Amino acid sequence: MDIPFLIAALIKIGVFIGITMTFVSVCVIFERRFSAIIQDRVGPNRTMVPLSILGFKKDFALPIGGLTQPVADGLKFILKEDFTPSYVRKVFFWLAPVLVVVPALLTMAVVPFGSPMEFGDTVIPMAVADLNVGPLFIFAIASLSVYGITLAGWASNSKYPFFGGVRSCAQMISYEIALGLSIIPVLMMFQTLNLGHIVEYQAAHGWLLLPAWGEGLSLERWLMLIPLGISFVIFTTSIFAETNRMPFDLPECETELVGGYHTEYSSMKFALFFMGEYAAMVVGSALIVTLFFGGWSIGFGIDGLLPTGAWWVSLIHIGCFLSKVTVFILFFILVRWTIPRFRYDQLMNLGWIVFFEAALINVFLAALVLAYPSIGLMGVIIGFIILSAAATLLIIIAKGATQKPSATAV
Amino acid sequence: MAIIKVQRPKLSPGEKIYFGAIFKGMVITLRHAFRSLIGKSTGAKELNSSGVGITMQYPEQKWDDQLPEYYRGTPALVTDEQDRERCVSCQLCEFICPPKAIKITPGEIPSNDEWAKVEKRPQAFDIDMIRCIYCGMCEEVCPEQAIYLRPDYVVTGTSRKEMVHDKDRLYEIGGKRVGLVNKWNDLK
Repeated sequence: MDIPFLIAALIKIGVFIGITMTFVSVCVIFERRFSAIIQDRVGPNRTMVPLSILGFKKDFALPIGGLTQPVADGLKFILKEDFTPSYVRKVFFWLAPVLVVVPALLTMAVVPFGSPMEFGDTVIPMAVADLNVGPLFIFAIASLSVYGITLAGWASNSKYPFFGGVRSCAQMISYEIALGLSIIPVLMMFQTLNLGHIVEYQAAHGWLLLPAWGEGLSLERWLMLIPLGISFVIFTTSIFAETNRMPFDLPECETELVGGYHTEYSSMKFALFFMGEYAAMVVGSALIVTLFFGGWSIGFGIDGLLPTGAWWVSLIHIGCFLSKVTVFILFFILVRWTIPRFRYDQLMNLGWIVFFEAALINVFLAALVLAYPSIGLMGVIIGFIILSAAATLLIIIAKGATQKPSATAV
Repeated sequence: MAIIKVQRPKLSPGEKIYFGAIFKGMVITLRHAFRSLIGKSTGAKELNSSGVGITMQYPEQKWDDQLPEYYRGTPALVTDEQDRERCVSCQLCEFICPPKAIKITPGEIPSNDEWAKVEKRPQAFDIDMIRCIYCGMCEEVCPEQAIYLRPDYVVTGTSRKEMVHDKDRLYEIGGKRVGLVNKWNDLK
């Protein structure tokens, strides 16, 4: 454990948590402004710096209106009364918001924000922890946040939060399976679990869903687009379900459950739930970008032309990564205002009957494409026939599972 | 009565996959976002939008020319053609006012005054705009046609005291009204 490593780690922790928290507030302002323009409104556009409370004559109007809105929102949360109802289980009630925020922020540790910097002969990877089990770490930690939500629902000792907690628990556990399975073709292709290496490979040989340069121009990579596309759809949808975003926001749907698991929470404790949700959204976007859209790479072979290890190249890459994440956050918001909420049984059907099976078949499909050089055309054809037979069987079983028992059969 | 069983529509395989609908929906949402950014949302022109969406941004933009003729805004006192205070402080408005917003201190007109024959005018006339409910009963009850509800609706203040309109303020809002009953002068 050398000193430069520790110093670099500390700086990275500070900077990256800062970036994540900034993105949480960016999410808030985007959510409000983007939803507003989708609904032909203006949105909050005139929040100012209230200099008048400090004794100045006039409030200072920033040229870009409303950018200080998240600050105002945060201040409002801090200044509100922090009310703990008398009938809750206090320990768990206080523990729950923390358990929502901490995993979301922890998962950010393995995401590579930029290309590695070189100072002399020390190479500093632009991830807080350059683990060799990146995606596994993320899944392991992210699944902890279900405890926070379930505890919040249970400790509130009132019916709507309880419903919200139970729903959320079932939903998150169900979709974790699809989430984990959908990513296997990706990992099979990269043959590594280190997110940094995954991004470096994509920078050199084409993004996963845009293999347009380097080795990405091979037939194999373009054939892989079929299983990888399925992977992408399942993964993205599961991320929506995991972060409790629309159209899967059943744990907190206002129309049915008042506020879901955070009904009894107020002030900063509620803000922590809010922050945890948005932080999970940022992490989800970061993960999608890292795995499928080349992380920090600019793409089209430009990364190869830039000098490796220079600090300014790293900064450019960080900027590139953050803009990609921003695009995905906007996509999250766009989906929120496009697709109506699912019914709960539809949600469970989608998770267990559609996505679980599709992800399973997808793994073997990807394996067939990858195995083509070693087993030859005949092997692939035989494999494909077996796979389609298995898939048909699965579909028949799935259809049987969704069938309701007829009313006449007693 | 015949019972009609409503069947769910049979979906084609394309509709069951659901992606087409999602994509179409996103295009619609994005089109709304884009069109409201360039200020071309449906109805933006008719609703006098500020350039984003169809919203008119209030304090900068107002739509006073769309106020109906019968709009009831702040009550105010008016003077006649010869700048005489129409109010004779009969206090009918004070008595009729449902929320008791009006407070009048009546006063005699001195005998050397030009309008001595009117005999009375208010010394003080306060309307508490926090209490006022804009019902228009004061206007209806006034025998001298001295109090009117004006189309002004922006009544703001930072203290309760500021929200009480005194006589000067009321005449400032009301101004002069011509062509009403003229029983005290020879204009007819």
